[in-house]
Amino acid sequence: MSSKSDSRPYRVPSGSRDTRRHTPKVNMSGLYQRAVKEAFVKLDPRVQVRNPVMSVVWVGTVITFLLTIDPNLFGTVQADINQQRLLNGLITFILLFTIVFANFAEAVAEGRGKAQADALRSTRTDTIARKLLPDGSIQEINSTELRRGDQVKVIAGDMIPADGEVTAGIGSVDESAITGESAPVLKQPGTDIASSVTGGTRLLSDELTVRITADPGQGFIDRMISLVEGAERTKTPNEIALTVLLAVLTLVFLIVVATMPSLTGYIAGFLSTAIGEQAAADLRNGASVAIMISLLVALIPTTIGGLLSAIGIAGMDRVAQFNVIATSGRAVEACGDINTLVLDKTGTITLGNRLAAEFIPVNGHSLEEVAQVALNASVFDETPEGRSIVALAERSGATVSFDPKLAEGVEFSARTRMSGTDLDGQEIRKGAVDAIKGFVRSRSGSAGASRGGHVPNTLDQAYEQVSRLGGTPLAVCQNDDIYGVIYLKDTVKPGLRERFDQLRRMGVRTIMLTGDNRITASVIAQEAGVDDFIAEATPEDKIDVIRSEQAQGKLVAMTGDGTNDAPALAQANVGLAMNSGTQAAKEAANMVDLDSDPTKLIDLITIGKQLLITRGALTTFSVANDIAKYFAIIPTIFAAAGIGVLNIMGLKSANSAIISALIYNALIILVLIPLALRGVQFRPLTADQLLRRNILIYGFGGVIAPFIAIKLIDVILPFS
Amino acid sequence: MLQGWIQIALTLLIVVVITPFFGRYIVRVFQEQRTILDPILNPVERLLYSLVGVRTKENMTGWQYARAILYSNIVMGLLIVFIIASQGWLPLNPAGVPAPTWDTTLHTAISFITNTNQQHYSGETYLSYASQMWGLGYLMFTSAATGIAVGIAFIRGLTGRPLGNFYVDLIRAITRVLLPISVVGAIALMAAGIPETLADPLVVRTLEDPGISQAIARGPVAHFEIIKELGENGGGFFAINSAHPFENPNGLTNLIQLVAILSIPTSLIYAYGIYTNNIKQAWLVYSIPFAILVALIIVTAIAEYNGNPAVNALLGVDRATNLEGKEVRFGWVQSVLYAVITTATMCGAVNSLHDSFMPNGGFSTLSNLFLQIVFGGQGTGTAYLFAYLLLAVFVTGLMVGRTPEFLGRKIEKREVVLASFLILLVHPIAILIPGAIALAFPDQLAGISNPGFHGLSQVIYEYASAAANNGSGFEGLGDSQPSQIAIASGATPTATALWWNLSTCFSMLAGRYVPIVSLLLLADSMSRKQPVPKTTGTLRTDTGLFTGVTIGVILILGALEFFPVLALGPIAEAFQIAKG
Repeated sequence: MSSKSDSRPYRVPSGSRDTRRHTPKVNMSGLYQRAVKEAFVKLDPRVQVRNPVMSVVWVGTVITFLLTIDPNLFGTVQADINQQRLLNGLITFILLFTIVFANFAEAVAEGRGKAQADALRSTRTDTIARKLLPDGSIQEINSTELRRGDQVKVIAGDMIPADGEVTAGIGSVDESAITGESAPVLKQPGTDIASSVTGGTRLLSDELTVRITADPGQGFIDRMISLVEGAERTKTPNEIALTVLLAVLTLVFLIVVATMPSLTGYIAGFLSTAIGEQAAADLRNGASVAIMISLLVALIPTTIGGLLSAIGIAGMDRVAQFNVIATSGRAVEACGDINTLVLDKTGTITLGNRLAAEFIPVNGHSLEEVAQVALNASVFDETPEGRSIVALAERSGATVSFDPKLAEGVEFSARTRMSGTDLDGQEIRKGAVDAIKGFVRSRSGSAGASRGGHVPNTLDQAYEQVSRLGGTPLAVCQNDDIYGVIYLKDTVKPGLRERFDQLRRMGVRTIMLTGDNRITASVIAQEAGVDDFIAEATPEDKIDVIRSEQAQGKLVAMTGDGTNDAPALAQANVGLAMNSGTQAAKEAANMVDLDSDPTKLIDLITIGKQLLITRGALTTFSVANDIAKYFAIIPTIFAAAGIGVLNIMGLKSANSAIISALIYNALIILVLIPLALRGVQFRPLTADQLLRRNILIYGFGGVIAPFIAIKLIDVILPFS
Repeated sequence: MLQGWIQIALTLLIVVVITPFFGRYIVRVFQEQRTILDPILNPVERLLYSLVGVRTKENMTGWQYARAILYSNIVMGLLIVFIIASQGWLPLNPAGVPAPTWDTTLHTAISFITNTNQQHYSGETYLSYASQMWGLGYLMFTSAATGIAVGIAFIRGLTGRPLGNFYVDLIRAITRVLLPISVVGAIALMAAGIPETLADPLVVRTLEDPGISQAIARGPVAHFEIIKELGENGGGFFAINSAHPFENPNGLTNLIQLVAILSIPTSLIYAYGIYTNNIKQAWLVYSIPFAILVALIIVTAIAEYNGNPAVNALLGVDRATNLEGKEVRFGWVQSVLYAVITTATMCGAVNSLHDSFMPNGGFSTLSNLFLQIVFGGQGTGTAYLFAYLLLAVFVTGLMVGRTPEFLGRKIEKREVVLASFLILLVHPIAILIPGAIALAFPDQLAGISNPGFHGLSQVIYEYASAAANNGSGFEGLGDSQPSQIAIASGATPTATALWWNLSTCFSMLAGRYVPIVSLLLLADSMSRKQPVPKTTGTLRTDTGLFTGVTIGVILILGALEFFPVLALGPIAEAFQIAKG
């Protein structure tokens, strides 16, 4: 990064992240009522067929329903028909609610997403846009009719009709609707960062001409809306893999259960001669169609099968709550896998604005002289750095002694790496130390000054002194005379060190990129606790770092905002663009942070991991539950075969065991909905520690919990 | 009792001690490093390769490797069908045995080509020496070598190497591993008393009545015997397999056989450790099947030692060892050890009648067949074990918050499809579905000798043995067609035998080739992945914790699906017997 890009006016919102969240604006009232209704609407087979596990339950429910109407549907039942009808009815009822609970989980997740989306959508009520026609006249059209490439005129007080780029004019925009930041932002053309505007924000002053960059319904917010609503949600790669495993497990148990009546039929034939007809009938009853369906539903992974989509939607929703717009679920999932974080120093690791802290005179000049020249060089510099230099110089007693109208400002450029003022033929410059050295040498002798073109040794000393403090040294000169060094102080954001430590424990490496020299960079890097840094980095270095990390098989995340970041954002596995950044950067990234807070990448990694952990934990729990369900059902329904001793829970009867296991099976989905939506609590631990902890909770817990719960339900149930 | 445990412990100790040496040797063989037999074998191999036209340096993709296996197996299978069907005209048939019925021939060919060696015939009365030696003996080498090749190719793929060339692996497995050990082993077995002859059956006069003469079957047994164990084939020269005094005359031959059975599948796990340069993980993985094996031996041994309570009551003693169906020269210890190890490893040779074990024995042997990874089949068992490891990584690995990865390679949809399909789905399909059909028609199809819980075990065992490519039998089923000699003298082929021959063919083929193809594709897709560097955020699979997790996953995903069958079979039988 050049020193210019380091001085970009990042807006770093103040206060802890929690207070900046958008949640207050999200209207959650009536969420649960709607979700309940939706849970029943989703019983539609066309919806169910998308979920292999739950569609098996659905078919089972239909069959048990038919068996409730006519218990003799698949052959005469030997038990009392009314009792059988009651049992089948109960099974049907519980199975139905198993599906409804799973639907409810999904509906709540979607409902929250919708509420989130509505909050976003409320920012984009249809507005009247003033479309600029090629002949220069203005046509008033509805904002939804705007197409990419259209030019519109926005006048103070107007809502900006769609995402776009400012091509003319200058004005301040209230972006609080999307960022929650009340301070208006200045927008003007050409300036990389400040030229992009977002639909739904309001222009407060002046006039802007905006070129529309997104068709209606294609803007970032629209994409986010469709993602959090779940309508356009496509399954992520890991979710697909898990669905495959769950489908295979379902198929396995389908085979187990489908072959069972033949096995029991054979044993029953034996029992009828060996023990008596009653035992044979009992065993045949134990393998009746309704009970086999119950066994199947108890064994297939309904818990994770029912909650899987809710977990995915809730993950997207959590991203949205962080005020980040993700363009795909895949990107969120990839966050959990990130190995390397490439971070810009300025605005991410250090506070955005470096402030002038000290003037260090060289070449025999006095402090006052340095302050005066620094002031003269910075009069036209509107960056926070420039203003801080002006302020420090004025505190040091310097005053502007010329009429600014007679002087001419020299803009910073990445090529010269200097800025300054031309005044009465005097060239006053400030900039990177080696740039100033070059400048001075090039002016050597031309102005005929006594110490012409001389680069004093004290300059290098001052340069090193500042660098070693972790500051950025800027040299100031007038013509060929170097006056001194400005110490720009960088402040590492508080709390970052701890977060990088956490990341390291999670196995994520951080690389800091900076335009600063090596010494400065190493001091800041050490202070912030990053693992590696690249000094004097150019935008091309960014993409090189990403490529070389990826070549080692690592997944890389980075933040960026400038147009020259766009290739790197596209190259990175997770590219988080700042909303304050250019349209090009936002297009290239797969996530956009509305708060323009680059450290959010760290939170996104946590969300990604949490998403995967929640899935894994509930899968483990669901599968581990099978042990208890087996021990509840098999010994009781096959008690006639003499294996009643295995009924270690001491359940009352086969019917009671079946119903208890099914009730547990349905209720556990309901109980786990909050966990699925909130996500398993994530702690920044090493993989081994996480595995031990989660295996203990969800593995062993998954084995033991159902034993206790099924026994309790059995005790409560009024079955004999 | 104590002496029994010491026998068991010593046998297992010998296996563990051999493992590192043999494992290292196997890696040398397949890394094409110098081995002791190179001066003799290299020219032979070069001649073979140039004759067959194998380009030895060419690596195969997973699908090419699988196709090479399928094609070569089809050719070998057809050859063996031809040999058995025409044994009547072929030489080396001193007893003049005609070809068996067509379904027995088909079943035998498929049984040996799949390394199952399930035998629905009696070697001495159905097959000529030519069929035994050229047909079955040949397949015992190639099918075992095929398994080793698959195991090595799988390990190569898993560790990111190219899979190798099937023909080279097949030939090296035979020339460097199976053949040299077989030569030495056969000589040792001959020295210990096993016959090796092409002479006719010996006709002797019985001791009770010199007027009666009896034909004692014999033949080229010793060389057949060693590859039967070493290659985890298990097909006996005689009907009663290693219970026959000519196949397994004494304690020494029994020990040699046990060690031979276990040596290759144990060493392949160690070979994995060398390939990954992580011997610690190899021993941890080793401990999984080892722990299950020891547990099942204990479960079985206690029941055999205590005997049948009904018999004990009859005898009026507290405890009498169950010796029904056992050779007294082996007793309960060696019988238990043999039964559990032979089913654990998919060898399938037997030195006692599994049918006569207490229900605990049925439980252990069936569990072995269901799991398939208690060292498991030659090569394939090792591959299964690692496929289970992949599944354990996939299920629990998510809980560390990353896309699960094994050895730095991400486990994604394709890997889950292949691993879960081959491990979880094929086995129940090949066992439960034909088992349910047979049990639905117990008299017409199954011909069960012992109705009830035991009969259920018999049927399920037969299919489990076929699907796991084990080949041992619980026996007691009407699964053998009469020999042609018997048919000539009036016996008729039965429908039950036809059913068993054909339905187990389905189980054997499904249980062999679907997993092999899946394993190779899985290895291929793992080997093509860009490895991710290891960090503290990576799930470590070489820890005791993860090994414990894997055991849990194996038991829940691999064994639980067979719990109902076990409950209605050996478990119900155990309670029935306990009740008296």
